[in-house]
Amino acid sequence: MDQTVGTMGLKRGLAQMLKGGVIMDVVTADQAKIAEQAGACAVMALERVPADIRIHGGVARMSDPDIIYKIMDSVTIPVMAKCRIGHFVEAQILEAIGVDYIDESEVLTPADQHHHVDKYAFKIPFVCGCRNLGEALRRIGEGAAMIRTKGEAGTGDVVEAVFHARTVFGEIRRLISMGNEELMAFAKEIGAPYELLKETRDLGHLPVVNFAAGGIATPADAALMMQLGVDGVFVGSGIFKSGNPERRAKSIVEATTHFRDPKIIAEVSRNLGEPMVGRSVSSMQESEHLAIRGW
Amino acid sequence: MKMGVLALQGDFAEHVRILEQIGVTAVEVRLPLDLADIDGLIIPGGESTTIGKLAVRFGLMKPIRQLASTKPVWGTCAGAIFLARDARHSQPMLGLMDIAIKRNAFGRQAESFETDIEVPEIFTAEDSRSVHAVFIRAPLIESVGADVKVLARLSDGRIVAARQHNLLATAFHPELTGDDRFHRYFLTLGR
Repeated sequence: MDQTVGTMGLKRGLAQMLKGGVIMDVVTADQAKIAEQAGACAVMALERVPADIRIHGGVARMSDPDIIYKIMDSVTIPVMAKCRIGHFVEAQILEAIGVDYIDESEVLTPADQHHHVDKYAFKIPFVCGCRNLGEALRRIGEGAAMIRTKGEAGTGDVVEAVFHARTVFGEIRRLISMGNEELMAFAKEIGAPYELLKETRDLGHLPVVNFAAGGIATPADAALMMQLGVDGVFVGSGIFKSGNPERRAKSIVEATTHFRDPKIIAEVSRNLGEPMVGRSVSSMQESEHLAIRGW
Repeated sequence: MKMGVLALQGDFAEHVRILEQIGVTAVEVRLPLDLADIDGLIIPGGESTTIGKLAVRFGLMKPIRQLASTKPVWGTCAGAIFLARDARHSQPMLGLMDIAIKRNAFGRQAESFETDIEVPEIFTAEDSRSVHAVFIRAPLIESVGADVKVLARLSDGRIVAARQHNLLATAFHPELTGDDRFHRYFLTLGR
């Protein structure tokens, strides 16, 4: 019988398989193995974690394909990789490499100040960041099969992840109470495609899986985001910039599963060693904020 | 009737939704005490290595094996891997079903696919013998023991669903298609 590939159902479906899990940033095959061993449901293959991108400065681009290949060869779980916002050739390269998911990410330096990648043109699914419902639905409108609410990557400060998750869920709660006649005005107000806004209202949630990302550094941070209502978490610099990555990774996985059970979160939080040093977002200049990238 | 859905990681909420739609109480299982008082267990899709590690860490291996000695257990995709005797990969396994399963048998996400398959053992009505099946980085059942009945194959003959008495394994995801027939079939395995 006929087999079809690259459908929206398959793209969104892989994200559904990641739910309740932790996706970890890794820069080497050894780190990828540590992440898999700790129970990560996927890894993000990178040349530098966000904290180092901040230190390094300059233009942050797609990783060297060699690093991505080595990470793909080292683990059996899905491998994601990042392209710059709007850089559809980097996305084509990632598709040719054969990664399982492409993150069109504000952590890298944007390649286009007005347009994101046309994600329908790819067989591989995309995850994109958002700060609010309008941005989430614009990305889904471009073909994103998974959303992550943005935090400030590479800071170890969860405050922006909380703010953006609360913003999205708050707007959805408002949306659910709206009648049909209110939808077009709301779509205009938040810059969202009308049909997707209506679909979200009828479903009561985004039509795709929604993870939290950016600044998550402890098991308690992960459980906080889960209790706020996200489907899973990305942890970037928080693991491999900490004193004991193996233990911290495992404990964040366990806290994500048992996010409503403070006794278990307390138990898994014991003796994890030093967390990443971190930087408070409130001490940063506006120009250092990555989450504001995305149109 | 009360069905458990293993809720360590993966698409357990999709199974819960379908069970509730067909009038079954669904219980999310994260700890051994959640297994008390349920009439069967579904192990969802997800990452089998993640699910296995969490099951070991929170003491679920033995109680799930005990449950499976009397009650139906069904694994979809990652769940089918977790149920198997052999996955050709070192990871925690329940080892309940006498099947050898190959992980990521079709390749990476670019090779994920949808197709219609016939499941004559379960769906006999002339108008609905096939089901729409979604394969996401899916495994294949490479071989089955004498006690295992093959339920479905791809058109090239490769095995994608099997049953061993009260245990059911599907390489695909009936929980994603909105077709509740597999879930209804699963409920009959306990009788």
